[in-house]
Amino acid sequence: MTSIQKTPLCDAHVQLGARMVDFSGWFMPVQYDGILAEHHRTRTDVTMFDTCHMGRFWVSGPGSMAGLSLLLTTDVRVMRDGQCKYGFLLNEEGGILDDLITYRFNAERWLVVVNAGTLPKDREWIRSRLPAGIAFEDASTRLAKIDVQGPNAFAKVQQVLGIEVASLAYFRFKTFDFGGEAIVSRTGYTGEKGVELYVDSTRIVELWNRFVEAGVKPAGLGARDTLRLEAGLPLYGHELSEEVSPEEAAMERYAAKTEPYIGCEAVRRRREQGPAKVLAGFKIEGRQSARAGQAVLADGVRIGTVTSGSFSPTLQRVVGFAYVEPACAVPGARIQVDTGRNLLDAEVVKAPFYKAI
Amino acid sequence: MTSNMVYYTRDHEWLKVEGDEATVGITDHAQEALGDITFVDLPKIGKVVKAHDSLLVVESVKAASDVYAPVSGTVSAVNGKLGSAPELINQAASGEGWICKLKPFDAATLGSLMTATQYESFLAEH
Repeated sequence: MTSIQKTPLCDAHVQLGARMVDFSGWFMPVQYDGILAEHHRTRTDVTMFDTCHMGRFWVSGPGSMAGLSLLLTTDVRVMRDGQCKYGFLLNEEGGILDDLITYRFNAERWLVVVNAGTLPKDREWIRSRLPAGIAFEDASTRLAKIDVQGPNAFAKVQQVLGIEVASLAYFRFKTFDFGGEAIVSRTGYTGEKGVELYVDSTRIVELWNRFVEAGVKPAGLGARDTLRLEAGLPLYGHELSEEVSPEEAAMERYAAKTEPYIGCEAVRRRREQGPAKVLAGFKIEGRQSARAGQAVLADGVRIGTVTSGSFSPTLQRVVGFAYVEPACAVPGARIQVDTGRNLLDAEVVKAPFYKAI
Repeated sequence: MTSNMVYYTRDHEWLKVEGDEATVGITDHAQEALGDITFVDLPKIGKVVKAHDSLLVVESVKAASDVYAPVSGTVSAVNGKLGSAPELINQAASGEGWICKLKPFDAATLGSLMTATQYESFLAEH
């Protein structure tokens, strides 16, 4: 086991009074002044997140589009310059190795952004499967990233960096100069307006401090999790894993392209067979939370397992995801969650649980 | 019997004894460690508990944690305000954020609990 990794912003977090935890082998802030405060601040104002732990790969050169098209469920062939798109990296059995976002700079220059916990596995998988002649660079250390999220995010980015992002469409990006090429994309993991900012890692502390000086407070992984859950966004290792296909994860629309890709035949086969379990959102009136790993019942019979559950600070009730038998994955279906102490009545609902954008 | 005395446990509960009734809460240290409390699973009035048994559960955003009975007794009252405002524990753990009362309770084991001074030393050492 390697020692715990630190992002370039680690010292800044400690100075800001963060409570630090081990997240996927990274020493990361779980909260600063409190998960609820940071959550509400993101929904009503603006916060920023250290996301340097995530993986960033450059894929470039002639044939890179065809190479990526074979590796990802993402329909990269229909993308335009300056566009980013969500998709999956699948194994041969159609299981999800990772969920990721692909950025198209031009037909021969792409950035692929992956999760922290899956980074080493993804790197080996992609590098070993890209056709010869395509350049692959793991820029995770060289290129750093923070997310600025919330209804006032665009105004703060304008104020701090002097760049206009309000006119940038959702899932579009552009480059700007910040001691070299920097990237701003209208993406995020909170369900709010916001951007992700990529700069050279030698400049990330300066970028972070400029936002601090402009009054932007940081938010930790605790709020990041409640925000993404309310927005109905999956978390790798919870809703997504090698065990499940995009269809089982109720995200088949991200694996719908007609061109072949690794895992596409298995995806088709699993679809024809019909999934044994499907991801479903649920809500619980009240404050007692369902938690990952708890059993889901219908009419007293075990029909699934909770993958995420939390009290929703915005909705003031509990929301979550569970893998359940397909017959129960229908909005309005009544299910129960066994907390080990009692049974919580839950109702299957369509995600997102909260929608701002 | 010692009256109007506050005792502490190694599990970070406090017990305030007033005559034949004892009020239970969690310490400021405990609420700080738990973070934002989002739910308190209040015990039913009349519940009989033994010392060190789980009395109730408090939930933070990240986890559910047991609150243990500092002494044996019977739940005689609960802080109903926590139902809609569990954050009272974060705001005032030793005051408005009290959780329940035990009456009667077993005063014989109070001597095994810590005084405020002993609890402070305990926190400093752990």
